[in-house]
Amino acid sequence: MVRKTAGLSRNREISISEFFEKNRHILGFDSPAKALFMTVKEALDNSLDACEEHSILPDIEVTLEKVAQDEYTATILDNGPGVPPLEVQSVFGKLLYGSRFHAMRQSRGQQGIGITAAVLYGQISTGRHAVVVTKEETDDVAYRFEISIDITRNEGIIHKREATVWDRDHGTSVSVTLRSRYQVGRQSVFEYLKETSVANPHMDLKFRDPDGKVFHFPRSVKVAPKPSVPVKPHPLGLELGEIQQMASSSEEKDMKHFLMNSFNRVSANVASEILEKSRVSGELDPAELTTAQIKGLMAAFREVKLLPPPLDCLSPLGQEFIRKGLRSNYEEQHPSFYSRPVLRSPSVYNGNPFQVEAGIVFGGDLPSDEQVKIVRFVNKVPLLFQQGACAITKAIADMDWRHFGLDQKQGSGIPFGPMIVMVHILGTKIPYTSESKEAIAGVGELSSEITAALRYVARDVRRFLNKKEKRKQINEKFKLIRDLIPSISEKVSALMEMPAPPIDPVISKIANVVFVTEEYRVEEETAEVKCTVYNYTRAPRAIVIYPDPPVGEVDGLQSYDTGTIEPSHSATFEYRVKGVSKNYDGADYYFTGIDPVYVQGAEPLPADWGMGGVTVEEVSE
Amino acid sequence: MKEVKEVLKEKVLRNVYTALEEGEIPSLSLPSRNRDNIVLDERFMVWKYGDNSVTRSAKTIDGAQYILKSLYVSEFIEEMLRNHKTSTLREMYYISEGWGPGKFNSQDESDMTAEDLEVITALLREDFGLRPEENGASVIGDVTFEERNRKGEFKKINCKDDVGDGGYTIPYSVESDKLRLKSSNASFILAMETGGMFDRLVENGFDERHNGILVHLKGQPARSTRRLLKRMNEELNLPVFVFTDGDPWSFRIFASVAYGAIKTAHISNYLAVPTAQYIGITASDILTYDLPTDKLSDRDIQALNSELKDPRFQTEFWKSEIETMLSINKKAEQQALAKYGLDYVTDKYLPDKLFSGGDLE
Repeated sequence: MVRKTAGLSRNREISISEFFEKNRHILGFDSPAKALFMTVKEALDNSLDACEEHSILPDIEVTLEKVAQDEYTATILDNGPGVPPLEVQSVFGKLLYGSRFHAMRQSRGQQGIGITAAVLYGQISTGRHAVVVTKEETDDVAYRFEISIDITRNEGIIHKREATVWDRDHGTSVSVTLRSRYQVGRQSVFEYLKETSVANPHMDLKFRDPDGKVFHFPRSVKVAPKPSVPVKPHPLGLELGEIQQMASSSEEKDMKHFLMNSFNRVSANVASEILEKSRVSGELDPAELTTAQIKGLMAAFREVKLLPPPLDCLSPLGQEFIRKGLRSNYEEQHPSFYSRPVLRSPSVYNGNPFQVEAGIVFGGDLPSDEQVKIVRFVNKVPLLFQQGACAITKAIADMDWRHFGLDQKQGSGIPFGPMIVMVHILGTKIPYTSESKEAIAGVGELSSEITAALRYVARDVRRFLNKKEKRKQINEKFKLIRDLIPSISEKVSALMEMPAPPIDPVISKIANVVFVTEEYRVEEETAEVKCTVYNYTRAPRAIVIYPDPPVGEVDGLQSYDTGTIEPSHSATFEYRVKGVSKNYDGADYYFTGIDPVYVQGAEPLPADWGMGGVTVEEVSE
Repeated sequence: MKEVKEVLKEKVLRNVYTALEEGEIPSLSLPSRNRDNIVLDERFMVWKYGDNSVTRSAKTIDGAQYILKSLYVSEFIEEMLRNHKTSTLREMYYISEGWGPGKFNSQDESDMTAEDLEVITALLREDFGLRPEENGASVIGDVTFEERNRKGEFKKINCKDDVGDGGYTIPYSVESDKLRLKSSNASFILAMETGGMFDRLVENGFDERHNGILVHLKGQPARSTRRLLKRMNEELNLPVFVFTDGDPWSFRIFASVAYGAIKTAHISNYLAVPTAQYIGITASDILTYDLPTDKLSDRDIQALNSELKDPRFQTEFWKSEIETMLSINKKAEQQALAKYGLDYVTDKYLPDKLFSGGDLE
């Protein structure tokens, strides 16, 4: 079999190369370094999509081996559902396979070009075939394929197919050998894997680099995300070519049923109205539609009253995924604050539903003299290229970040400071600036939704900074009462050579309050906290204290009742916070049982106390 | 020296102690030491602090720290007096390192606190045993002093015959227990802002030719320089002329010599020479002499505008010169006169300013 088909003629080989050379920028294989990145990306995107559709928690292994100078083999192994053996030839060997227009869904992969392009690039650049091993759960054995592409017929060529024993229930392994270069840095395989792990905290990923070094990105959420739901396309979300393709491949026999059954939000009445306005016969065979008629239909789509597309087909990451994803990947930089992630309500752009989510990581060891790090995702896939051209970057640059302790010239441009901004845009069809799909186009609705999401998380950062400032003020007041007034009394009495007068009356005049203060020390991710409540009022007081650290989990005691504290006396309790960094910055305190005017260093307990904590518990390890 | 201790006790310590004893929040009050609180003392014709006062209360952390620091400084002063020591302001700043919550954050802060204690107690920092580190402003001319040396002997110095080209160096204290003014054959004192101009006049023999005493102010003059000018003016009856650059900062140098400085307004009657005359570069001179100039900086413009609101500059002369300078947007150095040759300043500019107005002959 190998002998029969391996002898592609010299001429044809050149024509394939030419085809690919002309189109490699569109497909993203512009440079050797990027080719390796693209191969890993396409295979990984497919694996994660397949796992998500089948509600499987993905276990992925990515291996890069150097086989010769500038030649690498990339192997991506997953525990996905496996590919039916009969479809392998098309899935890995046919460009545009799977780009079906009868259903749209939010997915990582793009139009089904991806992995085939990687197979093709490997074939052109090294002459080697791709190797695919795949097993479905229902099969007893796995199948191993050696595959290349017949470009003139746009078809996969199977060179070798054999059954093999594989010690897994299901999964797929793809190996492509290609001419390329391995590099590290901002636009590298490693960065892509790391950011993918941020957006997919339900994935367990092992990466073996060409030096044999293994990196593990462990799973931090043990629930598979809600799969996205495929929906029929909305009439306003399609381009002429797409409608043409739908019509020519439709199984419907007449236009009326084609409109009713292939599109979302088109009822029998609406279909009749469209046909009337566009003067297209309801009896016409969709396959016979002319370009002029399609243009007429598209004009009619805009004239009739169409409901917006359904919005429940999207699958956002959600607050906990973002929180866990950011935390497990950036914790080594000991940030002092993670914003509450925000998920905006779905909106519609040109008939396509989309949604924006965002989160911020702030402070700690993040570098304060560099531009903030922008982490961009589309449909759970990181974007590493063309940051400057992207609507996400523009929305960040257009916001004034100077209130947040960040440097920004005249309040615009990418700010400098200890911050990571994560923005995720999800939708069935995302507007990109170009075919390479590396930057999002700033169409109105999308930009304003990104800005709204950024505002929300930025406000959260400001709240954090304000609280920090307030805590500082309270600590100062406390220092005044505990240190300065006693020191003044002591010093002035010594200089006057007189006995020191009692200072309690002065102290209660300066601060007629109950002070809640804490001291802590951090050892091995645990903060040992000592919280002291001082009664500087003139009457006995009792108060219940609830500690609320912004990071980590309180170990043991969740609240503390001081009992009665006499004036000028104090009560102390101790607790631990687990899972904190060495930059732990103290807790917020809430209280009940006392008039708020008498309390400093704590806030009245909010009505929804404890409700937020429950969801955290559900997904925590 | 027991006196100083008693004054500190009465004016500073007792206030604080009594407040605590009565269960009140301690505080210290003193006149506010800013431009808006200086008024003309018509008896001495110098500018002093007015009636506005500031109160630093222990109610706030800043106020409490201020009071505590003042107590530490008081204690430090008492210790020095007891041990017959003095220290520089800079030494006190470093010593405060050991004062825990009373530690100063900068030398400006510790200098300011020492000055505040002067204001509150109506004593001088010399009484506290505190002195500035640097001084070294110089005098050349026919005047004879007797200065007490370290051995306690008074030694006679004539600032024309007994000194080199650098002149006589003014010590940090010029009170009569340290410096006696014996006699002078000069007919005026010319105080200069810059060392370059001082050297030029010395080289050109201006002092001998016109029988003047030259004093180098070294920029904003130190207290002892101003005090010596004041004593020579009063005790030797010599008129004082101030020769500076033509910019807002030079106007302030003149103001501190003639009217009293804002920071030391509590002792203006002891430092200022109200009859001193300005013969520095003016905005009119820039035009008349067509001097080489620099453009005013933003800070210069700010300073000039602030001077327009400064009560000390509310005279026709100053208002018109400041406004002219703002409108031509230019300033000039005194050495810009060298445009017309090295001798121009001594042969033409100074004689014109000093003698043709009829003040001197």
